[in-house]
Amino acid sequence: MTRLRICLVVIAASLVTACGGNQAMFNPQGPPARSIASLGWLLLTVCAAIYVVVIAVAAWALLRRRDDADGLPQTTRRLTTAVIAATGVSIAILVVFTVSSVFAGRGLTSPTGPGAITVDVIGHQWWWEFQYRDVTPSDFVTSPNELHIPVGVPVHIKAMSRDVIHSFWVPNLHGKRDLIPGQVTNTWIQADTPGTYRGQCAEYCGHQHANMAFVVVAEPRDRFLSWIGQQRQPAAEPQSDEARRGRDIFLQSPCMMCHTIRGTTAGARLGPELTHVGSRMTIAAGTLPNTRGHLGGWVANAQTIKPGVRMPPNPLDPSDLQAVLTYLRSLR
Amino acid sequence: MEEKALNESEERYEPVERYEPTPDVTADSRLREQLERAWYVPTGLIGWFSVVDHRTIGKRYIVTAFCFFIFAGLLAALMRIQLAVPNNHFLGPDLYNQVFTTHGTIMMFLFAVPVMEAMGIYLVPLMVGARNIAFPRLNVFSYFVYLFGGVMLVTTMLLNTAPDVGWFAYTPLSGPDFAPGKRADFWAQMITFTEVSGLAVAVELVATIFKTRAPGMSLNRMPLFVWSMLVTSFMVIFAMPSVVTASAILLLDRLVGTQFYNPAEGGDNLLWQHLFWFFGHPEVYIIFVPALGMVSSIIATFTQRPVFGYTAMVISLVATGFIGFGLWVHHMFATGLPQLGLTYFTAASMVIAIPSGVQIFCWIASLWRGRPRFHTPLLFVLGFIAIFVLGGLSGVTLASVPFDLQVHDTYYVVAHFHYVLLGGAVFPLIGGIYYWFPKMTGRMMDDALGKVSFWVLFLGFNITFFPMHILGFEGMPRRVYTYPAELGWGTLNLIASIGAGLLVVGGVLLVYNVVRSYTSGAIATDNPWNADTLEWGTSSPPPVYNFLHIPVVEGRNALWDRSEEQPVVVGIRSDCREVLVTDVMDAEPSNKCSYPEPTVWPFLCAVVTSLFFIGSIFTPWSVPAAILPLAVTLIGWFWPKSESADAPGVRKPLKDAA
Repeated sequence: MTRLRICLVVIAASLVTACGGNQAMFNPQGPPARSIASLGWLLLTVCAAIYVVVIAVAAWALLRRRDDADGLPQTTRRLTTAVIAATGVSIAILVVFTVSSVFAGRGLTSPTGPGAITVDVIGHQWWWEFQYRDVTPSDFVTSPNELHIPVGVPVHIKAMSRDVIHSFWVPNLHGKRDLIPGQVTNTWIQADTPGTYRGQCAEYCGHQHANMAFVVVAEPRDRFLSWIGQQRQPAAEPQSDEARRGRDIFLQSPCMMCHTIRGTTAGARLGPELTHVGSRMTIAAGTLPNTRGHLGGWVANAQTIKPGVRMPPNPLDPSDLQAVLTYLRSLR
Repeated sequence: MEEKALNESEERYEPVERYEPTPDVTADSRLREQLERAWYVPTGLIGWFSVVDHRTIGKRYIVTAFCFFIFAGLLAALMRIQLAVPNNHFLGPDLYNQVFTTHGTIMMFLFAVPVMEAMGIYLVPLMVGARNIAFPRLNVFSYFVYLFGGVMLVTTMLLNTAPDVGWFAYTPLSGPDFAPGKRADFWAQMITFTEVSGLAVAVELVATIFKTRAPGMSLNRMPLFVWSMLVTSFMVIFAMPSVVTASAILLLDRLVGTQFYNPAEGGDNLLWQHLFWFFGHPEVYIIFVPALGMVSSIIATFTQRPVFGYTAMVISLVATGFIGFGLWVHHMFATGLPQLGLTYFTAASMVIAIPSGVQIFCWIASLWRGRPRFHTPLLFVLGFIAIFVLGGLSGVTLASVPFDLQVHDTYYVVAHFHYVLLGGAVFPLIGGIYYWFPKMTGRMMDDALGKVSFWVLFLGFNITFFPMHILGFEGMPRRVYTYPAELGWGTLNLIASIGAGLLVVGGVLLVYNVVRSYTSGAIATDNPWNADTLEWGTSSPPPVYNFLHIPVVEGRNALWDRSEEQPVVVGIRSDCREVLVTDVMDAEPSNKCSYPEPTVWPFLCAVVTSLFFIGSIFTPWSVPAAILPLAVTLIGWFWPKSESADAPGVRKPLKDAA
């Protein structure tokens, strides 16, 4: 009980800090982001100082009182010395910047610590697919737009794209890594505190680039494992009549042309998997909270919410729509 | 070496009020008549399309480029309205994507590069003491190709079918599978238009600078603006073929089914990025280096002393030109290229800060030892220093791979490149317009209104773009048409949008000042600022033949260093378009050459070329269809002059000129 309470306090505290800067690079929550943030402070502080000095000198040069010595060769020699000295200082600062960048960059591509898990990140126009592989293919887990990771261990990201170039970016955890069709790129993230962190596509990928977000849910290892275990299950059997009717409508409508619900005959992979759609925090790639109302609007006509999205409008009659919603909400 | 050069420029300098070439009045008026006949400007409708003199074409280029600038600026205002508040519905995603693509494309391809080249077209021949730009007919051709390409892109925007793939048009998003329709084809073909015209101008400028400088203007006496245009032109020549290749094979992928960018067939998407940024990064310096030349011109004039450290300035310009080609991968730090390679590009991107720093230090030294006169052009240059130093420093931070991984493609980068392009290039350009306006039009611009417009633009600029740095730190990506309210980006975006409103007001003031001064400004003298470069040694505006007598240059500061009895070039015919050719290093006379007469053929050739480019978007048959008309117009263009019109003795070695 106390452990749960501590856990809740930690989550609440992290939410509070996240409000101050969820998706802000200077609110780092893991080793890569932290080393970038410290490097960033170094660069920005030094640059700000240089700026102040240069502008102050320029202002002095403009406003100082002129005297007769200005045309003398000694003055020119003194100015030459000053320019050479300023250039020397600039070079020294640039060397420091380069060296500190190289050192900060050393650990950024692959994790140093043990215990890494691997997640495949697949970009689609305009949503994310996170795949957790396992030795047995039936234990693969696919989680659209919601990346669950255990706290405190490095998570290896294998990034790829099914269509155009996207970029995987969770500013609280690490910098960007592009998802390039025809290639696999690698990066890693690690969250040191439990919490949810927002990520967003950072490479222009067409129409709805603006609404291609996701959440990273960092949770203690046991909760992460129970989440994985629950995601491995096929879809829950509908319990009520309305839910059963909803499932039948789903399976007889165009929905199943694009979506998978494991445990049913719907197995298409064009759109996000819906096996556990009821358990997710958001819909439409981080665009809306996952409430019954939003989901209803989305199923009926996604184009009004996210114009240009691949999901077509579904002109169901109201009672059928309600049944489908009841079914989808029951998929936890 | 630097020490010596500094002392050399230090020697003596006595400002001379007016340029009075020679007292022999009757001989001069006969010469003037002959030159006016020889270098006549055709009139009438066909004449308008036949003019080959660099001042007319230069002014058309500048006005056209500013029209595109205003159009793209208004598109930016639309974007700022859309982003002023979260979840705004002012522009939908489709329109917003078209608008930001067109804004970037016009600013980079149809405004910034052409306007800088245009300033070169107008000023370089005057600054080197030439009668016209080299290859004058090519110049006409380049202008019309540029105009038609630009009009094509603006038309697509007005018809709501503009490209929506970003100004960088990354494949495969711009490829056949993800950009159906013709939008991306218009973008790629616009590249062809602007690059053909850009390359033509670069070649003209290099030839003008290398072969037609007035005798005595050895390379180490060339004005810094001419140096900057020389470096820029070489950068254009080496950078633009890369993007032309990229866009041409993109068109092939889109139109005839090649697979250069299709990984499934062995193509590669990163190929596009390498080709594009191998052009795209030098492009930034192509825009920025001419502005540096303008800054040097303005600082020399408004402190009434040569710019401090001429040699260091020239070496910095040339170094920028070389290093500028070694940075392109810093646009690709997030693509997963090997670490060791990225380290090289970090170092190179840091190194390029050194020549820029040296120039800033030299300008500050110039201001320190000069006696600044705070007219509008100098204000814009001081604004440039305040803005560009910040933009340069944020650029240094972007060279760092780890930091870049966070801020890449965020509003921090948007802030950075507006600081270096708008502050670093457009501010000096506007200063340059205030500075050279009297030369171009014969009238002064209003200084008081100029100062007001400067402060409005300066404040508007910083209010718009400074908050974007912070938005970048808060995680706001570029190229998003909207953003959710929960992320707290609303306030800073609103501030930026208010600043954009100020920028529009500043722009209106500038345009008003230009129009009013053009019609009723005070009449300008030949050299109203007492400047040192040759263009101020002829009347304002210059006559059709530029200089009555081609001067012999006697020092680095042509007008300040000239002796009482200024020697001039003789032995060049004044009854036909004969010009003096000098050698590259020392500008010793080596040859004479005759420049072509006005003709309508380059215009017709540009029309045919444009129809061919636009037609090829729709059918490959436009390529064979264009062959014959192109051949006809080119034959007309290059038709040899008749014996009588050609000057005898042309292209014979010259022994005794000057």
